[in-house]
Amino acid sequence: MRHGKYPFIVGFLFLPILLYVGLVLWPYAQTFGYSLTDWSGQSQEMNFVGLDNYTKLLGDEVFLGALWHNLLLLAVLPVATILIALFFAFMLNVGGKGGTGGVQGVAGAAFYKVVFFFPQVLSIAILAVLWQAVYRSDAAGLANGALIKLGLVDPQHPMEWLNSPNLVLWCIMGVLVWGGVGFYLVLFSAAMQSIPKDIYEAALLDGAKRGQTFFKITLPLLWETIQTAWVYLAIVAMDAFALVASMTPGRTYGGGPDHHSELMSTYLMRNFLAFGEAGYACAMGVVIFFFTLILSVVSLRVTRRERIEY
Amino acid sequence: MGSATEYNRRDIFKRAAAITVLAAGSGSLLAACAGGSGSSDSKKAGEYNLKDAKNPFGVDPKAGLEAFIFDGGYGKDYLAAFAAIYSKTYPDAKVNQQADKDITGKLQPRFNAGSPPDVIDDSGNKQIKLDVLVKDKSLVDLAPLLDAPYIDDPSKKVRDVLMPGTIESGTIDGKVYNLSYAYTMWGLWYSGKLFKDNGWTVPKTWAEFITVCEQAKAKGIAPLAHQGKYPYYINVAILDMIAKQGGLDLMARIDKLDPTAWDDPAVKTAVEAFFQVVEKDFLLPGTNGMTHTESQTAWNQYKAVFIPSGSWLENEQLTSTPADFEMTFLPMPSLPGDKLPFEAIRAGSGEPFVVPTKAKNVAGGLEFLRMMLTKEASGKFAQAANSLTCLKDGVGPEVQLKPGTKSTVVALKAAGANVFNFQYPNTASKFDEDLQNASGELLAKRITPAEWIKRAKESATKNKTA
Repeated sequence: MRHGKYPFIVGFLFLPILLYVGLVLWPYAQTFGYSLTDWSGQSQEMNFVGLDNYTKLLGDEVFLGALWHNLLLLAVLPVATILIALFFAFMLNVGGKGGTGGVQGVAGAAFYKVVFFFPQVLSIAILAVLWQAVYRSDAAGLANGALIKLGLVDPQHPMEWLNSPNLVLWCIMGVLVWGGVGFYLVLFSAAMQSIPKDIYEAALLDGAKRGQTFFKITLPLLWETIQTAWVYLAIVAMDAFALVASMTPGRTYGGGPDHHSELMSTYLMRNFLAFGEAGYACAMGVVIFFFTLILSVVSLRVTRRERIEY
Repeated sequence: MGSATEYNRRDIFKRAAAITVLAAGSGSLLAACAGGSGSSDSKKAGEYNLKDAKNPFGVDPKAGLEAFIFDGGYGKDYLAAFAAIYSKTYPDAKVNQQADKDITGKLQPRFNAGSPPDVIDDSGNKQIKLDVLVKDKSLVDLAPLLDAPYIDDPSKKVRDVLMPGTIESGTIDGKVYNLSYAYTMWGLWYSGKLFKDNGWTVPKTWAEFITVCEQAKAKGIAPLAHQGKYPYYINVAILDMIAKQGGLDLMARIDKLDPTAWDDPAVKTAVEAFFQVVEKDFLLPGTNGMTHTESQTAWNQYKAVFIPSGSWLENEQLTSTPADFEMTFLPMPSLPGDKLPFEAIRAGSGEPFVVPTKAKNVAGGLEFLRMMLTKEASGKFAQAANSLTCLKDGVGPEVQLKPGTKSTVVALKAAGANVFNFQYPNTASKFDEDLQNASGELLAKRITPAEWIKRAKESATKNKTA
């Protein structure tokens, strides 16, 4: 029956590969193609313009600003999310009082886990509405209301969180971290629980403190999971579209005030749909694609370590 | 979570934008052609007997009619009223009424299959682009409709009873393909009750406006709210002041992205005068970051005296407006030396109604549109959708209007020929965005009027060449 093997495998893979090529690779290829044209996005007419769109991108201050914002997100978001998630996961799993009971989390760990995971259950649209209420620019906003009650903010001039050039990006970052921590907490928890308890017990017997068990045992054994988290968060940082588009001020797809929260993706969408510059927008898409690709490869390479078996 | 109204409002812009973009490209040059002797599409026009006031398009009284409208800011209640009017003349015709938010999703397949509805309000953010339809030859040229006798007064043609700008809004590549039915006005709005209760006088000049603002502030009411998250709205106020001070020539130069327009002293006068509201701290606390829903609701709660918006405001705020609020429209107050009078307002047509070429009942579709332009239908629309229509004096005194819409009728009458409409928000999106961003900064007091003007000029320069 050996000779029947290849037709069988080919037959089996044909449809999935066709679907993948047709629905994933082909649209990518199309985007590359469109990025070399002056397509408006509203008609079939387009002219080949070579790399004009790309040279234009290099001189586009708004795009460069957006790129900078994405890089800032990239620098802060994964680190902040992973550190907080790691800390919580450690506390919930092995951070409890040691002693005869062996290794355990802090009291009420199961409850906290559910609570922390909550933001993950909500759709991003709901998060946006929720946080818009928090960041509301008058006294009715949760943040302003609290600060006004505490006498820290003048009720006549409340903080305009999302309308402040220096605050807006951090406000968005806060929501992203808040929304992401729960998921990575659960991810890290699962990884931690697969670490054999006797390793911890041995360490405890040897007199290891909490910090030592964390840095000497947990972290090395979690490395692969953290690496995965890193790649995912980096991709989120390159995107972050939905929150900025829905929460920040601006003509279409947010990005305001005055481009201070502009991201590559919001600028892309505005060019695509509002300005009728689909070719230019496709060029941005290609840039984002390569950025994200390179980033994933680099972070996987840089964080590569010897696998620890247990 | 109030998102329904949000979509409505945005839809209105997108709608207005789409129409005018299309109109602007071809409108001015070729309007003469459309306004000419109806020379277009003679093959089709020949089939119609435009002398017959009763049935110029030769409607088959038994043929069914399907009307499909966009269910957006104006709702869908008016469709039933229109259908009833059609049924009155053609009782044997079955009128199929459809309304949906997703025009593209519902109708694109039907256009492709060659069985579109007979009359469509192709609007909203899921509108099928009108230029695409025209390119595919999917839309009927409305020239016969414009030249048909006007039902209420057969001595006139339909084109004679339309508000100025309506035909231009419907023109693509020199021919009229849509009837932009709703008529929108922009300006400031206030509560008549608030003014009465406090004994304030409604301002006509900017000095009086400032006085009222000071009186309100002394009473603890913020003088001005605006939809800070979308600086589109406050630009209506600022740009209208510029247009009134500098006149229609200056407006035209701004629309053409002529950078020197911003050197005109009128711009400086208007913007600096406006900037007083920022300097004197007249803004509702937090309004710079508010959405249209938040700010308009605060205004409805008497937390602010004035707010800029278009005439969809009343319909949009129906649920949050107190019964005795007396919503009232106010043109932008005058500055000394204004070239346009106080009564001058920004206004224009929107909401494109079309008849597809492949419709089963093209004649019925055209007749439906002709009936929409009667005083009766126009009044019904005003009542159900709280908006004026493109019919001149389309709302008679017998129609019971909500106070806001009523005040727009008064304002429009007072304005007479002094109606203007900036084109740049629809024809120069990037410039519009720059101007909006600059205004956001201006209102937040992060830039001065001089810097605002500088930004406007830079953007005009940049986008003119691009």
